[in-house]
Amino acid sequence: MDFEVMIGVEVHAQLLTKTKIFCGCSTNFGRNPNTQVCPICLGMPGVLPVLNQEAVELAIRAALALHCKILRRERFARKGYFYPDLPKGYQISQYEEPFAAEGILSFERNGNCKTIRIKRMNLEEDAGKLIHEEDRGSLVDFNRCGVPLLEIATEPDLTSPKDTHTFLAELRQILQYLEVSSGDMEKGHLRCEPNISLKKPGQSEWGTRTELKNLNSLKGVEKGLLFEIRRQKRLLESGQPIRQETLLWDEKREIALPMRVKEEAGDYRYFPEPDLVPLVIDEEWIERVKRSLPELPDDRKKRFVETYKIREQDAQTLTLTRRLADYFEEVVKIHSDFTLAANWIITEVLGILHEKNLSIGDLSVTPARLAGLFHLIQDETISKKMAKEIFVKMVESGKQADEIVRVQGGQIRDEAEVERIIEEVLKGNSEEKVRYQSGEVKLMGYFIGQVMKRTDGKANPRMVNEILRKMLEGNPQKSGVQKK
Amino acid sequence: MEIITEEEVRHVARLARLALSEEEVKKFQRQLEKILEYVAKLRELNLEGVEPTTHVIPVVNRLREDRGKESLSKEEALSNAPNTEKGHFRVPKVIE
Repeated sequence: MDFEVMIGVEVHAQLLTKTKIFCGCSTNFGRNPNTQVCPICLGMPGVLPVLNQEAVELAIRAALALHCKILRRERFARKGYFYPDLPKGYQISQYEEPFAAEGILSFERNGNCKTIRIKRMNLEEDAGKLIHEEDRGSLVDFNRCGVPLLEIATEPDLTSPKDTHTFLAELRQILQYLEVSSGDMEKGHLRCEPNISLKKPGQSEWGTRTELKNLNSLKGVEKGLLFEIRRQKRLLESGQPIRQETLLWDEKREIALPMRVKEEAGDYRYFPEPDLVPLVIDEEWIERVKRSLPELPDDRKKRFVETYKIREQDAQTLTLTRRLADYFEEVVKIHSDFTLAANWIITEVLGILHEKNLSIGDLSVTPARLAGLFHLIQDETISKKMAKEIFVKMVESGKQADEIVRVQGGQIRDEAEVERIIEEVLKGNSEEKVRYQSGEVKLMGYFIGQVMKRTDGKANPRMVNEILRKMLEGNPQKSGVQKK
Repeated sequence: MEIITEEEVRHVARLARLALSEEEVKKFQRQLEKILEYVAKLRELNLEGVEPTTHVIPVVNRLREDRGKESLSKEEALSNAPNTEKGHFRVPKVIE
């Protein structure tokens, strides 16, 4: 039986600040354990937290990008629970007044546009990291404790694991574009906890909701959700109850196992944080942040289609990351064949980055150098095919296109030279020549191939075509030479 | 009518990880009852339009710049811990 699926997500994104949210310890990832801690983030008695302004600004950025209403006056709250990764015995978060609320994020998948409502957004501190050891207890590293987090919760508007994947990819892209978060899921800089419930079509009541944790990639989110949908289906179909619980995804075994019975929200005993004074965000502050916002991926995609007349699909690819989009725009500032630039960057540039496992920032071929290569194609010094090989040489040698062409030679464009080569080819293929002249015109491709073979593909194709026709048919008017 | 029941006292104690004897539960129930009764006097006042007081000082926006400060050394950070290993705090087993 087909069930309807309802999914909401809670995302925790680490904010790209240099220091923690309430103290001056560094937020660097991967340092030796307990080397980025101080009395404040270790929760020692008598210390006072002071809010990091940059964390607030980054949260404002994200709130604006997701069309949220930003609260003008907000307070922080203590969320009480005991766990060894939380030295204070409470986490400073936001409760009654969220940082921002009622936003939306729209995305497109398979031609369908969907809008997901953002319920709320909170600023809070991360907990430390626990390493569990069999039987021997756990080890705690507090370097991550106090790193600023933006918690983003959606309404349960998602209806499939695929949609959830696309939504998260879109959200991550926005956070990366805005330089709000690195969005690196493997490093845990972006964590996603979906909640999910099912119902039979036609029924009004949704089933009990469960939550998934420990999903370390977008693929993992999708797989985990598929697993949980199957599990809930089986329970519902056999009339068994679904418990309200949190399940932990096990990436290796591809199963989700229950973690602990979910505590009631009241058990966290939230109350206003007395150590932090209220935060007031006025219109002027919001306006200032608004002016500093970069163009968002979706807007940029639309602009690319309009300004550069490229296909929407290509614009989508080119705006996948801000750096790639910047790269494209740098190239077309210098070289105005937009379609050529778009196609090249998508196939050749992304191809080699993929092959060599590089990112666009590592590429020795700067936008100016790539434009230089395009100029050589445009003035027919080289063919498109040659350009591809030269590009690979540029990447590998760090040389410019014209340097490489100077050494290995460009296209053969000397008419007498091309004529001489064609004459040789026709002399060596006199039988084919006769067949062509008696009507077998498809042999033209064969002759062109022979000429290219002799010239290592360097003969100018248009010139080869033109001269071949002239020599085979003896009548240039009839040959229909096309000049582009 | 009781404002707080013995069951609620046990619940709050459990959340705070306090082990109370039955006698203590009774004792704290009586004390908490008195405290809550006293606070409940506020209900006699007309508080319409009065904002909940979370801070008594009229200060907002105490913020710091995103500038680094020196952290503790690992040795200092771990110096009060009863049990450490490989630069970590060691704690008893927390998951089943």
